Parts: sequence; C-alpha cells; structure tokens
Amino acid sequence: MVAAAEHASDVRARGLSPLWASAAVAFLLFALVVGVLVGPIDLGIGGVLESTAAHLHLPGVSSPLSPTEEAILWQIRVPRVVLAALVGGMLALAGATYQGVFRNPLADPYLLGVAAGAGLGATIAIAYLPAGLRGQRALPVAAFVGGAVAVVLTYAVGRSAKRERDAATLVLAGVTVAAFFTAWQTFLQQQNAETLQQVYTWILGNIPSTGWSDVVLILPYVAVATVVILALRRVVDVLNLGDDEAASLGVNVRRVRLALVVAATLGTAAAVAVSGLIGFVGIIVPHAIRLLSGVGYRALLPLSVIVGAGFLVLADVIARTALSPAEIPLGVVTAFFGAPFFALVLRTTRGGGT
Amino acid sequence: MNAIELTNVTVVLGGQPVVDGIEAAVARGEWVALIGPNGAGKTTLLRAIARLVPFAGSIALEGRDTEELHRAELSRLLAVVPQEPSTPPWMTVAEYVLLGRTPHLGALAKEGRRDREAAARALARLDLLEYRERRLGTLSGGEKQRVVVARALAQEARIILLDEPTASLDIGHQQQALELLDVLRGESELTLVAAMHDLTLAAQYANRMVLLDRGHVAADGVPRDVLTEAAIARHYGASIDVVPVGGRIAVIPRRTTSNT
Repeated sequence: MVAAAEHASDVRARGLSPLWASAAVAFLLFALVVGVLVGPIDLGIGGVLESTAAHLHLPGVSSPLSPTEEAILWQIRVPRVVLAALVGGMLALAGATYQGVFRNPLADPYLLGVAAGAGLGATIAIAYLPAGLRGQRALPVAAFVGGAVAVVLTYAVGRSAKRERDAATLVLAGVTVAAFFTAWQTFLQQQNAETLQQVYTWILGNIPSTGWSDVVLILPYVAVATVVILALRRVVDVLNLGDDEAASLGVNVRRVRLALVVAATLGTAAAVAVSGLIGFVGIIVPHAIRLLSGVGYRALLPLSVIVGAGFLVLADVIARTALSPAEIPLGVVTAFFGAPFFALVLRTTRGGGT
Repeated sequence: MNAIELTNVTVVLGGQPVVDGIEAAVARGEWVALIGPNGAGKTTLLRAIARLVPFAGSIALEGRDTEELHRAELSRLLAVVPQEPSTPPWMTVAEYVLLGRTPHLGALAKEGRRDREAAARALARLDLLEYRERRLGTLSGGEKQRVVVARALAQEARIILLDEPTASLDIGHQQQALELLDVLRGESELTLVAAMHDLTLAAQYANRMVLLDRGHVAADGVPRDVLTEAAIARHYGASIDVVPVGGRIAVIPRRTTSNT
C-alpha cells in the first residue's frame, strides 16, 4: 500500500485547468473590451482607459471624455455590457446545470416552464397595464413573477404525481405547465392584437439600454444562483450517474436536486425578466465547452459562466451594430451565429457527449 | 453483531408484494449469493437493503437501523455495484473512483489527500493505477467492471451489494471478477451479497446461498444443500443435473426433448 499512497497525488479529478480557465477569462475580457469600445460613437480605447482610471480614483488621472461621452460610456455602454454578461453567464450556467441534473443533453434553461410563465407575465403587463406603468419597471417584474409562478406550478404538478417522483416526472410537469401557459398567452395576444408587436419584440430577446437599474434588479438573483450552483458543482457529477447511484453514494438526491433546480430557475427567471427569451446560449455554450475540453461538470459549470458571459456580450455587439441604428433581436443573433459555430464544433470533435 | 439483519422486510411495488416478509441475517465476512428465477425479488431486496426503495419491516446494518441513518452514513457502511452502472464516457478512471468518496465528503467539499489515498489504494488493488487518466469511454467491459468495483472499494464500506456482477462478462472475466472479490473479502473482511443468475459460478464462490421465489425465502444454506434437482425444478421450472466436481458442485441443464 506504500505504492498506492505515493500515487495519491496523481489520483485526482480534473478541476478547472489553468489552460482552460485562462482561455475562458481571456475570451470574456476580449468580449468586454469589444462591447465597451464598439458603438455608434467612437470613444477611443485611450479615452475609455483613462476614464476608467479616473473612475477608480487613480491619482493624477482625469478623464479626457466630454460629459456626454462620459454618460454614454458609464450610463449606457458599460451597464449594457455588464447586463449582457450577467444574462449570458446565467443562461449558460442554468443550461449546464439542468443538463447535469436531468441527465438530458437537450435540457435548456427554460425547461421547467420559466419561458412560458415569463412570456405570459410579460404579455399580461403589455396588454393590460396602463401605458405609463408598463414601461421599464413593470415588464421585468411581471415576467419574473410569471416565470416564478410557472415553476412553482411545475413543482406542484410534479410532486402530485402518484408514480415514482423522478427527474423525468418533473420535466413532464414542466412541459404540461408550459403548454398551458403558452396557450393562455397566445389567447391574450389574439385578444390584444395591437400589442402583438411589443410582445413579439420581448419574446425574441434583447438587452435593454436602461442604465444600471436592470443590473441592480437581477444581480442579487444571479449572484445567489451562481454561488449555490458552483458550491454544489462536484455533486452535479455524482447526480449525472442517475438517482439510484447518486443515492447509494450518499447524496440526498431530492434535496440537492431541489437546491440546484431552484437556483438555476430563479437565476433564469431574473435573466428572462430583463432580456426576454434568448435561446440557444444555455445549450450551445456548455456543449461547446464540453466538446472542446472534455471536462466534467465541476469544471464545466464555472467555465459556462465565463464563456456564456463573453458569448452574449459579443452577440449583443452584433445585435446593436450590424444594422445600426436598428437592433436585431438578440435571440436571432445567438441562434444565427451560434448554430453554425456549434455545427463546426460538432464536426471537428469526436467523443465527448454527456 | 451481524453485518445485515432483515426483520419482516416487505416491499410492495404496483400493489404487489415483490419482497414478502423476509427474515434473514448475514454475518460479517460472509459471501451470500442471492439466487432465484426472474422476478423472484432479488434486485428489489438489494435495493431495499440500500434504502433505494421504500419497504416495511426493518433492516439493520452493523446493528444500526437504516431508517435512522443519514444517507451519507448509510453509504459509509454499504456500497452498491449496480447491474448496469452509469459510466459517463468523458469521465476519467480517477474521477470515477473518486466519486466513491462522496459519502465521506460534505455536499460542498472537494476531495482531500485522504480521499485521494483511498482512491489510489482502490485503484492499486485492482491493478488500475496505470489507467487513472483513461476515459471510461475507452475501456472494455471487463475493465469497466473493475473500475466500478474500485469505486465501491474507495467508498471504504464494509458491506458490498452486487447486482449480477458477472452478467456482461465473458467466462474469463467472470472468473477474474469473482476471484478478485473473494480476495478482497478476505483482505478487508468485506461482507458480500450478490444477486446471481449463474448457479454454477455462484456455487464456486459463495459460502451461502439464499434462494428467493416470489418474494419469499425458499431455501437458505450452503450451496450443496440449496442447489438440489428438486428445488431447481420447483422454483425455476428447470430440469437440471447437479454434478459434484472436485468437492464442489456444478449445475447442468438437462435436455428434455428427444428429436434428433
């Protein structure tokens, strides 16, 4: 057994390798820089750097930017980039979490009815709230409440199932609730055709330029969700073996799964509330990482946050500049550029899988 | 103290009692083969012992009622080798075996030096140290089986339940796997309970056989007493010959048709 003890340091799980971690962080930094620099008004990289230094109260530096440029940088561009990063990181993390917990490679962040519930909430807000109230504040709140209600309902339906309550039951309950909420939403849209355009715009997803208020709105949810999921990331690898094996390895499957699903869903609902339904991020980002690096969930989950954040910042740059001054819906951009990229990843890698 | 003690254990699935009032005890260090026809309740009984299915009655491991144990405590006493373990192809052998340390870790903890040593010992016992960086997807069926046993060993539980441990192996690997379990049992004073279909193979290794039929214990004793032509005919509906070979016994199916 002496030999075995000597080998102990060689017997380890691949965590977050420095190579992949630094590649992901470099990608995110690149995306953030591009996101801040690119826009209808050229602020210049030097101006942005000096303004940043001034904001950090570095001695002897004052911002070369005009007050208008300062406002564009700090009240429009930076918060929008930060918001896109938060939403993208959250959607990718939630997608990876669902894929692990439900052992389904096609699971996306909207699995348990969040999207349908948020869509219904947004539709109700757009159709029935007085125009003054409807604007920036009420829509995300209504969408968040709708998403949360849908998920609670999904859990209630799942728990009422007489058969064995496994992960599949919950997914079926999610499909049921989503179908019901979508029908309701479609009906409301039919009755309120004049608001169809606005609902449609929301559903296709976009990162709003609303300054810091949306960032402040979702940051607590995204932060808590991320901390909970990353703290449990080793257990996701265990859950990926299936309920029975995870239980026989000492995991309280129901409790851990509930914690993970609640965290992922709450974060998703917050993201959806401000950005609408941005598809594909939660599926392609984790799968691209998995296919390229072949890592388990304990490394995949943190990588998904970083890469998802960078991915959506870049997608948002394309959304707001490609047809400037018009904006392309962000959900269209993520799918339009994400799908071919993912096809390429699928083509050039072998093995992997879930 | 017995390793496992079953008191009036009943499992009802879909309104039917699949395991029906079983009373049994397994002493420490015993190797018990659980035999019986398809649907006799072997797998369900194993699942009840591992608390993976609700049951009535009581089950004690090393004198402790399983219902009163935390999931992790239970898993430090007992490891399970499932019939079809899930082996994610991207996972390395080291990562998979380290998952066996889960009951020794909190939900938020990661493996420390002690855990890596336990995993290294398990890998060394199964001659798998060289394989530690290999992906599970690149292993053969026999190698995978050893990796799964290594994970159970890394769990450092004194009782191991095995569901058809040789079902997917060829005759050479069947023998290797069972020889290995036998050696491990001797070295580490393990208690083994294995559901098995191959009666001849089971008779070579188990020092006790429990024959289940329709959820009841139909026979319990040393292989020679349990594996009789009458018992197999009655409970399996099979015509066999029991042949003594070198102090042990073999079960050979008898052809009943006579067309040539």
